[in-house]
Amino acid sequence: MTLLTIDWLLFTEKLVLIAIIVFASLGIALYTTFAERKVAAILQDRPGPNRAGPFGLFQPFADGLKLIMKEEIIPNTANKGLFILGPGLAMTAALMTCAVIPWSSHVTLFNRNIDLQVADINIGILYVFGVVSMGVYGIMIGGWASNNKFSLMAALRGASQAISYELAMGLALIAVLMISGSLSLKTIVDQQMQPGRLWNIAYQPLGFLIFFICAMAECNRTPFDLPEAENELNFGYHQEYSSMKLGFYLFSEYVNMIMSSAVMACLFFGGFDIPFLDEKTLAPNLAAVLGVAALLTKIVIFIFVFMWIRWTIPRFRYDQLMNLGWKKLIPLALLNMLLTGAFILWKQG
Amino acid sequence: MQALTNRSKAVSRKPMSFMERLYLPSIVKGMAITFSHIFKKQPTIRYPEQTRQFSPVFRGLHVLNRDAEGRERCTACGLCAVACPAEAITMEAAERLPGEENLYREEKYAARYEINMLRCIFCGLCEEACPKDAIYLSETFAPSNFTRKGFIYGKKDLLIPDPATEPEAYAKARGGERTN
Repeated sequence: MTLLTIDWLLFTEKLVLIAIIVFASLGIALYTTFAERKVAAILQDRPGPNRAGPFGLFQPFADGLKLIMKEEIIPNTANKGLFILGPGLAMTAALMTCAVIPWSSHVTLFNRNIDLQVADINIGILYVFGVVSMGVYGIMIGGWASNNKFSLMAALRGASQAISYELAMGLALIAVLMISGSLSLKTIVDQQMQPGRLWNIAYQPLGFLIFFICAMAECNRTPFDLPEAENELNFGYHQEYSSMKLGFYLFSEYVNMIMSSAVMACLFFGGFDIPFLDEKTLAPNLAAVLGVAALLTKIVIFIFVFMWIRWTIPRFRYDQLMNLGWKKLIPLALLNMLLTGAFILWKQG
Repeated sequence: MQALTNRSKAVSRKPMSFMERLYLPSIVKGMAITFSHIFKKQPTIRYPEQTRQFSPVFRGLHVLNRDAEGRERCTACGLCAVACPAEAITMEAAERLPGEENLYREEKYAARYEINMLRCIFCGLCEEACPKDAIYLSETFAPSNFTRKGFIYGKKDLLIPDPATEPEAYAKARGGERTN
């Protein structure tokens, strides 16, 4: 009698999928740092990094190597355990998000249908929110453990900013959930893929705008990069960090950016849906591969927009940030929610 | 009070209109401006591969000149060292011995001629002071070095290649310099 049977094939399949997704996200994040510098350069009429390898393509490896080779400094007065925990937590929280993102439909390999999603849990989007708010702990703990005034101030700013903007973000999300009626990211994407149905952005333009602004604030990106305001806080919450610990903080920011781009693509832009094409007419494996490519394209476009905004808009002042979050975005999101609800009721007759 | 010029502009204290307070139109405008820069030509000169064209009056590294037969022009008169405001030039004179007429133009020559490139301000006064046209400033600038000693340029660094034996290197060192 077996009390518990483990489907070992499923187990290995998921392990391989996790490995691929984690390493792919890290690889993309690596090249996002490069892209950031290149985009900044091109928007400012400069060539950007172009010395390491052809077109500077090996630059991220040079940067990574530099960070690893640097001396690791833990300040005397720092709380050692928490100081080390901080960057690890930031990185873990950033990477955990990718578990529920549906990268594509399923591929058929060795007579098995393999879902290209690590876990299709029915509270997928809640999970994303939960994990993203865990990311604040990375900033808070790192900033507090550094035992530095500037780090602490920056960490406080980061935490209050994340909490304020999560509210508006959640409210904007509720309107989407009212349309889809499901919290599973896979279901939300599948609904958008149905023929005759537009992407959610068509039904929720205001919701998307709010969500996008809040995502930017959650990722600590300019114009919401107050936790790293150099002119006020020297270097922000990672001031005392050096070597690869600093690298982890910077890296987790980019992973966060990729993940929020992926979530936005899934919620508002049809996830792995290819516009003007019915995937059912294609072979399932081809459709899956094209789906991954479509989702990656959408992510890349989002990342470019993130960077484009960063190199255009100056940073908000702290009171402006709070004003925008509490007095503008939250009422707008509430209004959006009411309008959506009224619309749905009206449609039902 | 009377205005000094007619260029002053009154600051508008009007409260912002709704569109202005919306902030989004101006963000879009700003983003359009940054986007247009993608297509702009980059003014960057990729230095080691490309170099900037200097103007003909550029004052770079010094060169000790030779005459057409390849003899050193410098007679170690010391006028350049006197003219030098940074006191960067040191020299030792020596008398030309019989049989050295093909090396030195006059009876006296500089046995040692050193310019400290860390002191030099590249003003070009040595070039103006020289009665023999023996020193002039070229269009290259001092390369970097690891030691301070490396910046003290001796005769072997400064002397122009011999036009009689190495005409090509001589022409290259002269560059687009004036003829004399």
